Amino acid sequence: MGDLGQSAGEAQENQVKLMSFGNSLNAQMAAISDPWPVRVFHKIPILGSGPTSIFAPHATPAHDIDSLSVFVLSITLVIFLIVAGLLMYALIRFRRRPGDSQMEPVQLYGSNQIEIAWTVIPFLIVVVLFLTSARVNFVTERQAKPANSMDVVVIGHQFWWEYRYPKLGIVTANELHIPANDPNAPTPTFLTMTSADVDHSFWVPELAGKMDLIPNKVNVMWLDPSKPGVYLGQCAQFCGAEHAMMLLRVYVDTPAQFAQWVANQKKQATEEASAAEGKKVFEHTACINCHRVTGTVATGQFGPDLTHLASRDTIAAGVEKNTPENLRKWIDDPDSIKMGCLMPKMHLNSHELDAVTAYMASLR
Amino acid sequence: MLEKRMNDTTYDHPEGAAVALAKPTWLDVVNSWITTVDHKRIGIMYIGYALIFLVIGGIEALIMRVQLAVPNNHFVTPEVFNRMFTMHGTTMVFFVGMPILFGFGNYLIPLMIGARDMAFPRLNSFSFWISAFGGLLLYFSFLGGDGLYGAGTAPDVGWFAYAPLTARIFSPGHSTDYWILGVFLSGIGSVGTALNLVVTIISLRCKGMTMGRLPLLAWIYLVVSWMVFIAIGPLTAAQIMLLLDRTVGSHFFDAQAGGSAVLWMHFFWIFGHPEVYILVLPAFGFANEIIPVFSRKAIFGYAAMVGATVGIGFVSLGVWAHHMFTVGLGPAGNAFFTFATMVVSVPTGIKIFNWLATIWGGRISFATPMLFSMGFLFQFLAAGLTGIMLSVAPFDWQLGNSYFVVAHFHYVLVGAILYMIFAAFYYWFPKMTGRMLSERLGKWHFWLFTLGFHLTFDLMHIPGILGMPRRVFTYEADRGWGSWNMIIGIGAIFQVIAILIFVWNMIHSYMKGEKAGPDPWDAWTLEWSTDSPPPHYNFAVEPVVESRRPLWDRKHPNDPDNAYE
Repeated sequence: MGDLGQSAGEAQENQVKLMSFGNSLNAQMAAISDPWPVRVFHKIPILGSGPTSIFAPHATPAHDIDSLSVFVLSITLVIFLIVAGLLMYALIRFRRRPGDSQMEPVQLYGSNQIEIAWTVIPFLIVVVLFLTSARVNFVTERQAKPANSMDVVVIGHQFWWEYRYPKLGIVTANELHIPANDPNAPTPTFLTMTSADVDHSFWVPELAGKMDLIPNKVNVMWLDPSKPGVYLGQCAQFCGAEHAMMLLRVYVDTPAQFAQWVANQKKQATEEASAAEGKKVFEHTACINCHRVTGTVATGQFGPDLTHLASRDTIAAGVEKNTPENLRKWIDDPDSIKMGCLMPKMHLNSHELDAVTAYMASLR
Repeated sequence: MLEKRMNDTTYDHPEGAAVALAKPTWLDVVNSWITTVDHKRIGIMYIGYALIFLVIGGIEALIMRVQLAVPNNHFVTPEVFNRMFTMHGTTMVFFVGMPILFGFGNYLIPLMIGARDMAFPRLNSFSFWISAFGGLLLYFSFLGGDGLYGAGTAPDVGWFAYAPLTARIFSPGHSTDYWILGVFLSGIGSVGTALNLVVTIISLRCKGMTMGRLPLLAWIYLVVSWMVFIAIGPLTAAQIMLLLDRTVGSHFFDAQAGGSAVLWMHFFWIFGHPEVYILVLPAFGFANEIIPVFSRKAIFGYAAMVGATVGIGFVSLGVWAHHMFTVGLGPAGNAFFTFATMVVSVPTGIKIFNWLATIWGGRISFATPMLFSMGFLFQFLAAGLTGIMLSVAPFDWQLGNSYFVVAHFHYVLVGAILYMIFAAFYYWFPKMTGRMLSERLGKWHFWLFTLGFHLTFDLMHIPGILGMPRRVFTYEADRGWGSWNMIIGIGAIFQVIAILIFVWNMIHSYMKGEKAGPDPWDAWTLEWSTDSPPPHYNFAVEPVVESRRPLWDRKHPNDPDNAYE
């Protein structure tokens, strides 16, 4: 790939990388230039419906897969129609009818020419499909990383996602914020992925195919969505009791939104007088063994970082809206929201629950 | 009904002498079945055992369908749901698919090659009972397995049991140990029966039956048995390693201690993918026998069919990592396994085209075995093409582990394999029991099952495309998967009704069905030359054959087949 240069001043090596992104993105931005089968396909209403369809791509990896998929689907559909048509014709044409002669039909035992024909033709189709597949395969996986890309480390846990931004010094959970990509100066996000416990898989269908998070192994994938918004997905590798409730939310922010989010995440945890009691309960409960809140004694690593919990839209890995009522219910009895999750019930009394909930809600 | 079979198999007396014996008690009957080494009785026990597990596995599937019918459902807890899909998968592959295919193989192969039994009758009996014990042990976990949630904890780590979820720290208690041991024992039985089939096919063929005249079903069992030798080994080795990890603290798959989770995947799928072909090839074999008889034509391209079978056998050993496209093997690895997987479609295509050519110019009668065979042909064609889609690694990054994959492999396992098993039942039930299955009920069975199958498994592709991963016990309402799952569940109801009709058909026909006689389908292979059901010794006089279709030669002495071979 890569016939459109745009950063002439860059070093040769860097230019190649940027060209790659520029080219793919042009294709993505100008969806109107998709070949006609892709456009026809996208008009089928059910296949593009819902927030997680694989046929509604919003980033280059998903877009490239989408085009390839429609190509493969078209070829297989044609094969199906031809073979099934012949089969149907034969079943009707050669069916036994009343009054047929009692003689057996002419016995045919085979034909080498025909056998060779229907060996060679499918093989040629296979070669075409393979080469098309391999192209997208290599382009996506061998994508070079531009110097100004965003780096995020993704760590899978039973049953939540940890996100670390090494260049920014940010640690957060369950809601991934990435900057929208500017096609003129590509800033793709590269995800470096591993797992703290069992296998998981990161799948946000509108942005890219899935990639597994495997303990003791590091995988890489990249995203370059340019349309701001929230993209949904969920864990796609069975990881235990609450596999179904390990939801993914990717926030694609405008540059201003992203800068604001980064500035907020870099702050120390807030200290509000009204939440002081809750903080005290929190610090004197086993909560701190698993959770971290910067500037406090809570330095646990096992559960999600709570420093800016209130800045998130959801709790429990996307399962519930982040409201004080849900938060209270969650702290009181996590199993009531997510049965089988690893956060234990802390047996707080009603007063303590209110206090801790107020403290959590203050961590903006 | 059992007494009848007792009489049939009172070995040491010619037909009729048994009448003089005292009427056997039920204890005698049970004893005779438990101690039998007759390949036909062992075959029937394999089939009966598989049918019981088919019902159990089906009930597990229904529980899952009820749970998934609407979003955020609470019909069962996540723990129960996880046990259901683990047990459903394990049961259907190891305790339905394998035993039912070995059952038909056991019953048919000696009859089709003109032998009086399998080569090693005692090994045959051992293999059956050790497999059966494996299944019982697996299900004993519902009573005896203790785990995180107390006693009665069946395995809940998925049928491919990915490490390190199976490590003791993530899967406490004994449920995973039951899974390991149950499957391990069934593997011993599979290897024993495979060995028996290879030796039988190689050395017990009747006079005149060269390898070039071997019925295609026997060729297929020969190839399948070799694949069993190659495939079961890695699984058994991996299971022993996992058992060591769980019991004595070794670290083969323990990632925390430097072990490799990916290693388990390789071991499992080096078994797991050939396993798919081990299950589907016998279904091809049934089609090879049934389609010609109901088209009234010889199979088209016998040599090509044999070559395609051997080709599938070889290539299928080199495709396993197409289950691992999202594991991060790198583009070269992914491309290799994409190509290898696509290449399987060439010999598979040859088979489909040869079946088409067999039908072409024939005089097709749509008796129930043929109806199911034609359902198989259309559905296997579609399943093969969705398989091509999944073999395209980038496409698989989206579709892998989604409901699209679940739909694809159920299209193979139900739409192809189970359809051919039904066809085989309608075709060979008369041979096994001496009575025909009802054609009227058979047609109800076929059309209701086909309606249910397509409602369930056609529509199941769509939630996969819409982003629904497999193995989720529930899902969010805003995803747009709810109505699809509801219709999928309704399809399951039609399948249940069809299965009930089938079971009733078997019971009723066994008692009151039309008498079959030795050759009800006017067929051409040796099993139809002896009584239905065959006597214990199969053939009073060892047959001699001169072509691939010995009964054709007898029926058409002026135009024997061997002139064309």
